[in-house]
Amino acid sequence: MEHSEKYQDLVRLLASMTAYTSKHLPDDVLAKLKELRTQETTPLAKVVYDSMFTDLDMANKLDRPCCQDTGVIQYFVQMGSHFPYVDEMENALRDAVKVATKMAPLRHNAVEIFDEKNTGNNVGTRIPWIDWEVVPQRDDVRVYTYLAGGGCSLPGTAKVLMPLEGYEGVVKFVFDQITSYGINACPPLLVGVGIAGSAEVAAKLSKKALLRPIGSRNSNPRGAMMEQRMEKGLNEIQIGPGGLTGANSVMGVHIEQAARHPATIAVGLSTGCWAHRRSLLHIFADLSYEVLSHKGVEL
Amino acid sequence: MKKILTTPIQDAELESLKIGDIVYLSGYLITGRDDVHQRLIKQHRPLPVDLAGKAIFHAGPIMREIAAQPGRYEVISVGPTTSMRMEKYEREFIAATGLKMIVGKGGMGPNTVEGCQKYKAIHTVFPGGCAVLAAQCVEEVERVEWLDLGMPEAMWVMRVKEFGPLIVSIDTHGGNLFEQNKATFNQKKGPIVDEICTHLDFLD
Repeated sequence: MEHSEKYQDLVRLLASMTAYTSKHLPDDVLAKLKELRTQETTPLAKVVYDSMFTDLDMANKLDRPCCQDTGVIQYFVQMGSHFPYVDEMENALRDAVKVATKMAPLRHNAVEIFDEKNTGNNVGTRIPWIDWEVVPQRDDVRVYTYLAGGGCSLPGTAKVLMPLEGYEGVVKFVFDQITSYGINACPPLLVGVGIAGSAEVAAKLSKKALLRPIGSRNSNPRGAMMEQRMEKGLNEIQIGPGGLTGANSVMGVHIEQAARHPATIAVGLSTGCWAHRRSLLHIFADLSYEVLSHKGVEL
Repeated sequence: MKKILTTPIQDAELESLKIGDIVYLSGYLITGRDDVHQRLIKQHRPLPVDLAGKAIFHAGPIMREIAAQPGRYEVISVGPTTSMRMEKYEREFIAATGLKMIVGKGGMGPNTVEGCQKYKAIHTVFPGGCAVLAAQCVEEVERVEWLDLGMPEAMWVMRVKEFGPLIVSIDTHGGNLFEQNKATFNQKKGPIVDEICTHLDFLD
């Protein structure tokens, strides 16, 4: 299978999507940045937004990664249990990263732990990181590609709170981290919060929250309300683009949850920078596809 | 009118600058981040590039070897990285090298402020993520040193023209733009968090 034509088609498709993701922001992020840009009035905030949009135009024209930090590549796969290439998918993703690294080109970002050597092709131990969800009775697959730079990964954190600290404790935890570390992470940020019973579940959900389209709301009405209040509150702090102060702070706050233990409330935090390079590719059983995150794109 | 600093940068030019000013750089800009700082300050290895009067860039670029010219590179994307990571060694790094300008992203701390004041240097930020814009200001990648550290950590010696916009975040007078901003953000935070918390009494 590995050498079959179909396998090569799958690798090419995934590699093209990965390279494309490094060069073009998804529609929802672009729309949000345009909206936030119009609200700025100070010279510093304006000069930063001008630089951002000039950069995106140049990246598009010159066909280059819009940010040099193309991240340690992550895929979040919603795999139909009947997808014909379910057995090949993991290898295809690893091969796709090697191809995309040369094709884009992407920066070499995979540094092996203990050996402290950069692998030079973005593939390493358990990297690309792949998160699997199985979707029963379907023969298609949805692949989120996410390129998060080191800068916006630095504020990432998780903590297990005591239940009596409540949801108030969650808010305080997030605000403390954003005002101290978030300012260096290329704001306006997309803030992902996970609430669960243990640290690793909350952390993982905080990352998955960043995959949701900007403007979408938590499925629970209280969760949605909490997202809106946190978003409004963070914006009132007026961190501005690049942390240089301005009219806003964030592109959004997304919360994802899992049921907790009676004795714990764990909170996880992940931040996405303004150059939030995520894509969603829908692949059908015959390997035809549609790009859901970037309308009208042919790979 | 654009304020352009050209390497070698003189102390007198820096003394007139204050936090929040916007400047541009022409001349030599050399990348140096975590590993370069570590090698010089912790491992005491001599730097392969003379940084006196020049600017360092907290950045890990995407470079591509030029076809048929082994060892020659062109820059694809080169934006700033989080400067705070270098805070630990920056004061000693400024003292040891005589560099005059640091280009990076986000703020740095008291260690760097002290170094900038004592040895006359500034820290500036280039808009984060704007890596193609930055690459377009690079005239030539003259050479690379310490490539054994990998593409992001190596020292890339670049000649740049009107590289910017660069926002002065630490000046030679002890000013620190991001620390100032952070204090404002933290001041605003308390009442905002308190207000949100009045709506979150979900426990049964």
